[in-house]
Amino acid sequence: MSTPTGPAVPVETREHYLNVNYGVKSWLLTTDHKRIALLYLASITLFFFVGGFFAVLIRLELLTPPGDLFQAETYNKLFTMHGVMMIFFFLIPSIPAVLGNFLVPMMIGARDLAFPRINLLSWYIYILGGLFTLGAVVMGGVDTGWTFYTPYSSTYSNSNVIAAGIGIFITGFSSILTGLNFIVTIHKMRAPGLTWFRLPLFIWAHYATSLIMILGTPVVAITLVLLVLERGFHIGIFDPALGGDPVLFQHLFWFYSHPAVYIMILPGMGVISELISCFSRKYVFGYHFVAFSSLAIAAISFLVWGHHMFVSSQSVYAGMIFSILSFLVAIPSAIKVFNWTATLYKGSISYHAPMLYAFGFIGLFTIGGLTGMFLAALGLDVHVHDTYFVVAHFHYIMVGGAVMAYLGGIHFWWPKITGRLYPEGWARFSALVVFIGFHLTFFPQFILGYLGMPRRYHAYPEEFQVLNVMSTAGASILGVGYLIPMIYLVWSLRYGAVAGSNPWGATGLEWQTPSPPPTENFKETPIVTEEPYHYSIREIKVV
Amino acid sequence: MEQQREAAWLGMWVFLVTEIMFFGGMFTAYIAYRAAYPNAFAEGSHHLNIVLGGINTAVLIGSSLTMALAVYGSQVGHRKMLIGFLMFTILLGLVFLVIKGFEYHHKYEEHLIPGHSFSFSGPRPQNAQLFFSLYFAMTGMHALHMIIGIGILTVLVVQATRGRFTPEYHSPIELTGLYWHFVDIIWIFLFPLLYLIDRYTR
Repeated sequence: MSTPTGPAVPVETREHYLNVNYGVKSWLLTTDHKRIALLYLASITLFFFVGGFFAVLIRLELLTPPGDLFQAETYNKLFTMHGVMMIFFFLIPSIPAVLGNFLVPMMIGARDLAFPRINLLSWYIYILGGLFTLGAVVMGGVDTGWTFYTPYSSTYSNSNVIAAGIGIFITGFSSILTGLNFIVTIHKMRAPGLTWFRLPLFIWAHYATSLIMILGTPVVAITLVLLVLERGFHIGIFDPALGGDPVLFQHLFWFYSHPAVYIMILPGMGVISELISCFSRKYVFGYHFVAFSSLAIAAISFLVWGHHMFVSSQSVYAGMIFSILSFLVAIPSAIKVFNWTATLYKGSISYHAPMLYAFGFIGLFTIGGLTGMFLAALGLDVHVHDTYFVVAHFHYIMVGGAVMAYLGGIHFWWPKITGRLYPEGWARFSALVVFIGFHLTFFPQFILGYLGMPRRYHAYPEEFQVLNVMSTAGASILGVGYLIPMIYLVWSLRYGAVAGSNPWGATGLEWQTPSPPPTENFKETPIVTEEPYHYSIREIKVV
Repeated sequence: MEQQREAAWLGMWVFLVTEIMFFGGMFTAYIAYRAAYPNAFAEGSHHLNIVLGGINTAVLIGSSLTMALAVYGSQVGHRKMLIGFLMFTILLGLVFLVIKGFEYHHKYEEHLIPGHSFSFSGPRPQNAQLFFSLYFAMTGMHALHMIIGIGILTVLVVQATRGRFTPEYHSPIELTGLYWHFVDIIWIFLFPLLYLIDRYTR
């Protein structure tokens, strides 16, 4: 029995989803969306550290100009597996499968997702795909890059392309089933009175994300099937010797994999809308615009894949059209950023850790988004294509954007998930460490790329060393910034102050039920009578 | 109960959308290559057995009819009709797969399976091999969906004999029907695209 270190609060004996039953079986066979969210939390954290381990090795190799630590072939495997692990097994499931799983039913006043057993199935599928891919890593890794471009992947590579491909194929179905579950849940399970425009923006963002998941993922699935068939059975779909077109693979691959970038960032934008509104005690400025901008991003995401192929023999006219369409993504993205900052205006802002992450997100996402405009510009992209400029750009979106939002969301809903508060001082400190470490890691890479350092090389000329050392130093700081929350969040499970049902004084149905919530979420079905983000009438209470 | 039914319906439709995107990848490849190599595709197409393909088309359309009748049987609560037509649907599905198996076997004998043993007498054998790669990938993926469908239908027959379905509760029958019709429609596209290229000229 733990003794709370905070104020003398009686230890709760109330039944909730964590103590309703115990044992491994009660977790592995659970259909409770909240427990499945925690299963995902544990597994994606594992994959985050596997992917992070490869990142450490990459940064160590790049500390010095000559390729002295690893062979070129080994280095190829390192960046491939870093990308595969981080994208398919951490970033894509991160916010939807953890926070989305936990919060979508709670925010709409439902007992569970529409298909609880399919939800559990999707976790098992994820784990199965993860094991396949880890198997590929253990057997010696993959060296094609996370993009698996043909004909290298289909013909020439001597690494475990088939096992990795099958692993990603399997995991794709986990993503499809999660998206399907969210769409049906949001359509059919909303509490009485919860009309579409009373939904939290988190839900709108997850709805848009789910659309991409169900429309995009099957395409990459069939693409990987064709790749595996070609490699395994020599049926040549992409084989130039037969008149096949390797660039067709790139088209099919990016048709999914560009929208996949928005699978990573859109849920993060949903989180940020919640955080900004709560900690500035204001209704989200331009609610309807923010909601529809999520759908707009989802729709446009399917029209821009060609900007990955400006130098892949695509015609100039196709390139110009894809360039213009890519610029269009900036409009809904900017709508979001401007509306968040307008929400802050004259708000009663408090600087809790989740809000610090939200500020970090806005800054980093803006830099990442604006450099995306550089890359969408056909002429400039020819100069910086496949350089560190691109690497820095997508890390600003994926790490600076998605991971900051993920951490902010984890902190914000931690009291709801566990019933305990995290230590605020440490949390603010680590948010700052992450922000500084991130900039030191990736800002030098913009300069490196602009000066012409190509990506995916393990050696580089002397003059790039200073910037590379800065980047590696920043990565160390960033790593510490990720480890600190790991430690104090686990610590808080036992020693954190007991959180009330609503420590932030936030609106939203999820805060109207005890923390941790009971298995059925709400004792009785809530009835919604007001707009979301009704903050003007409330005061922040504790912390 | 009503909410569950609606949720299941929507879920099935969303799933079918993902299936369309899944097959869509292969249709895209087909369009790109047929546009690039129209003659090789026509040559390859003439090596397919239009009679067996035609029979199979009729068999599949017939199976959609029996599936629809099974759904009707479940709606009116006629258990014998439900079970009978479900089994009839399974039978037609198996007939389709057996005929498809014969076709595959003929292709094997004629060395038209893509890979090292592929040999093609017509002009541009490489591009014809692309056609056969797509032929096997598309019909193979379609056959896999048929096999899954037959598995689900078998489970439904077992459940139906135990009296699981009533006029009030028969969503699984209707949803499987949707899936079955979808797989049927895929074939309706595959048949002309693969078998009927330039048939009018010869």
